[in-house]
Formats: sequence, structure tokens, C-alpha cells
Amino acid sequence: MTNLVLFDAPGPKAKRLSLILNILALVAVAAGIAWIIYTLAAPRVYPGANPGEEIVQPGYFDPSRWHIFFGEGSGELWGAIGQGVWATLSAAGVAAILALLIGMVFALLSNAPSRWVRIPTTVVLEFFRGMPVLLMMFFLLIVIFPGAPFWAVVGGLALYNGAIIGEILRAGLKALPRGQREAGLTIGLTSLSTRILIEFPQAFKQMTPIIVAQLVVLLKDTSLGYIVSYPELVRKTMNHLATYYGTDYRMSFFLVTLVIYLAINMLVSTFARYLSKRMTK
Amino acid sequence: MDYFIRYFSELPDMWPLFLAGFIATLQLLVISGLIAFVIGLVVAAFRVSPLGVLRTSGAVYTEIVRNVPLTLIFVFTAVILPTLGLTLIEFKEGKWFVYAIIALSLYTSPFVAEAVRSGFNGVPIGQAEAARSIGLKFGQTLSLVVMPQALRMTIPPLINVFIALTKNTSVAGGFAVAELFSKSGALIERWGNFPIPILLTTAVLYLVITVPLGQIAGYVERKVAVVR
Repeated sequence: MTNLVLFDAPGPKAKRLSLILNILALVAVAAGIAWIIYTLAAPRVYPGANPGEEIVQPGYFDPSRWHIFFGEGSGELWGAIGQGVWATLSAAGVAAILALLIGMVFALLSNAPSRWVRIPTTVVLEFFRGMPVLLMMFFLLIVIFPGAPFWAVVGGLALYNGAIIGEILRAGLKALPRGQREAGLTIGLTSLSTRILIEFPQAFKQMTPIIVAQLVVLLKDTSLGYIVSYPELVRKTMNHLATYYGTDYRMSFFLVTLVIYLAINMLVSTFARYLSKRMTK
Repeated sequence: MDYFIRYFSELPDMWPLFLAGFIATLQLLVISGLIAFVIGLVVAAFRVSPLGVLRTSGAVYTEIVRNVPLTLIFVFTAVILPTLGLTLIEFKEGKWFVYAIIALSLYTSPFVAEAVRSGFNGVPIGQAEAARSIGLKFGQTLSLVVMPQALRMTIPPLINVFIALTKNTSVAGGFAVAELFSKSGALIERWGNFPIPILLTTAVLYLVITVPLGQIAGYVERKVAVVR
């Protein structure tokens, strides 16, 4: 739309120019994609042990790189990948529920009437939001849950995202008209019940799109479990399976992992967009 | 209490390692931040370009890269790129640093693009219409009216992108880069008595970068907020 305002409406000459440029750009993009596919499909040539010697291996789309995914014994492989997906989704699910709860507590505390509660909460929120989730997971793994990487991953994600959701909810509470709170207090509810029964539901509804977007981030961040030795999807495929089946299949495993992640995340993102459209109606 | 006093007496010995990690983290942040900024600007330009093909490619790039976890991108640069021929032998140990830079720049670029694009889309169309109707040319409209407003609206979200990048540099520690996060692991291995204070010190060093950046973002947001 902005373009229509910035330019005069294109005449026949400008239209033709834009068509030509469009075709050129399309050719360039298509050529780039074709080059990538061609490079991946071409046989791999590595220098051998002796000078002048060459080792030739099949390209990445060769059936010999993919046969483990089909036919006999592939059930076991897909079962292992399924375990990885489940490990990722279950960590994300538990962490999401905990993060929502922690977020609500943080939002309550950071809106508390007493400044002796409010100020320490702000400091703690700032602390959790400002450091890497990975560091938090590492801390939990070493100090609190040694030998239980699942809880280190879940705990780190829950605290970090809880702090962020707390901040989102706090902004949501602040944006509500004052009359809502006054009305609650007038009909005899306590300060806390007003918050929970009247203000929270509205703030939650207002902020749902942002919160869901944050939960997508949480889902992606479960992959940090790779580094703290939690066998989520990336660790399962790129570490366990690629070691078990050999390096010849590494690229295949990478592509499969990539597609699974894209599918899950785009599904959740689409849902988030649908939700935010429904909410803003 | 005694425990912390002992920790602080050991701290001078640990400090060189902390500092080396902190500097490596800053290097990762600045270099990949700059590269991501440039790629992000190009992608943002693609996404608002009059050419449909470029708009679509920009959107597809953003959508794909944003939906891939950072760890998988690190696996791509550190494991897959070498098998594709990018071995970087000439960098010796520094190759891990280069892989990390590639991964972080790649991952951050669509977020930069989105921040820039949202700034431009945030300028109401009436501004450009008004500029055009008082007779300003395309270049004047862009440079005198649209750009000044778009840029100041872009700065706070951009700073937030760089705060996220600061925290994301820690993932490089899992892929053989000796930055702050992996240094904290090395320190705990050597000074096994002090895991908690070492990790707290590491957290504080991250906060030294992220909190001031956040303050600046908030300040800029208030200061340059466009009053219409």
C-alpha cells in the first residue's frame, strides 16, 4: 500500500520494467535454489589418504543415504525419532504450564500494594530475563537436579519464560481501565480477589496472542537441551542416531530434523496467528 | 558467609578466565550483530520491494529461519557445513568461532528484518500522503518524512533483538567456542567448591551487557516516541 502512495501510479513503461525485473529476480532465485539442489545431489569427492587419491561418495539424495528410513528396520528408527519428538514436546508442555503459573505469580507480586514486595520482584524479574536460558539450565543441572536433565531443561525454560510472561501480564493489568478494580473493591471483594477474579481474566485475554508467541519461543528453546545432555529431538537425531547409523546418514538426519521442526513450529505459529485474529476481532 | 569470603579470595585467580570469556562473548555479539544487521536490512528491503518475487523470497526466508531452533542452526554450521566442504582448516581452532558467527548472524537476521519492517509499517500512511500532497518528490518523502519516523520506531525493537543475541551467544559455548558460558563450565571444573558463586558471577557478567541495553531501549522509546 505504501508504495502506491510513494510513487505515482505506474504507466505502461514502468509496468513493463517492473515485469522484466520481476522475471529477472525470479530467474536469479530459481537459479540459486537449483544450484543448492544440484550441489547436494552431486557425488561427494574427498581427498584420499595418499596425494592424488580421491574418495567418491554418493550425493545426498542418493537412495543409499535414505534407505534406513524405509523398509525393513525403519520402524525402529522412526520409533527413536518419535521418542525425540516426544521428549521435545513433553518438556515444552510441562515448561509451558509451569511458566504460565510462575508468570501469574510474578504478575501478582510485581503489582502488589507493598513496595517491599514490588521492588524485590522487579529485581528478580530483571535478573531472570537478562541472563541466557542455557546458563539457568546449566545451573539447575549442576546445583539442583544433578542427573536429571529433563527437570533442568523444564526448570530453566519455566523460570525464564515465567519472568517474561509475568512482565507481559503486568503490562496487561496496567492497561486495564481503573474502573474495573474500583468496581471490584466497591462490591466488597478483597484486593487479591479483585485481581484474580476480575482483572486477571481480562489481562489474560488481552495478552493471549503475545503469550502464545512466547510459548512458540519456549518450544524452540527446548533444543537447548542438546547442550545440557537432555535427549530431545536434535540430540536424538544428530547425536545418538547419526552416531549409531554412521556419518553417511548425517545429512539425511539433519534434513529430517529440519522438516519436523519446521512442521511443528509453523503449525503452532499458525495457531497463534489464528488466535490473535480471533482475539482482536 | 565464610564460603563467599573464600570465593572472593580465589576470584583474582579466576578473573583472567572470566574476562577472556566475557571478551569472546562481546566479540560474538558485535561481529554477528553487525552481519545480522546488514542481512536483516537486505531482507527487510526485499520484503517492502515493489518486486513480488523479492517480497515472497524475503517472506519465505524469514518464515523458515525464524522457525528453526538456534541449536539446529549451530549443528548446521558446525557439523553439516564442514561435510559440504567449508572446513575452514586455515582458521585452526578459530574455525569454531567462525561457525558460531555464521550461525548467530543467520539466526538473528530475520528478527532484525522484522524489527525494521515493523518500524516502516508503523508510519501511518497519512504521513506519506501529506508529504506527497504538498508536492514532495519520492526521495524527499522518504528521506524527510517517512525515514526519520521509521528509524526512531525501529531502534527499541532492534535493541531488543541485540539483547536476545547477547543471550544466544551462550549457545556457542556448547559448540566448542570458549565464550563466557563455556568458561564458567571450565571454571567449575577447576574450582569444584564454588559452582554457585561461579555461575552467579557469570550471570552478572551477562547482565552487565543486557540490563544497560534494556535501559537504553526503554530510554530511547520514551525519548523519541513520535507524538502525533
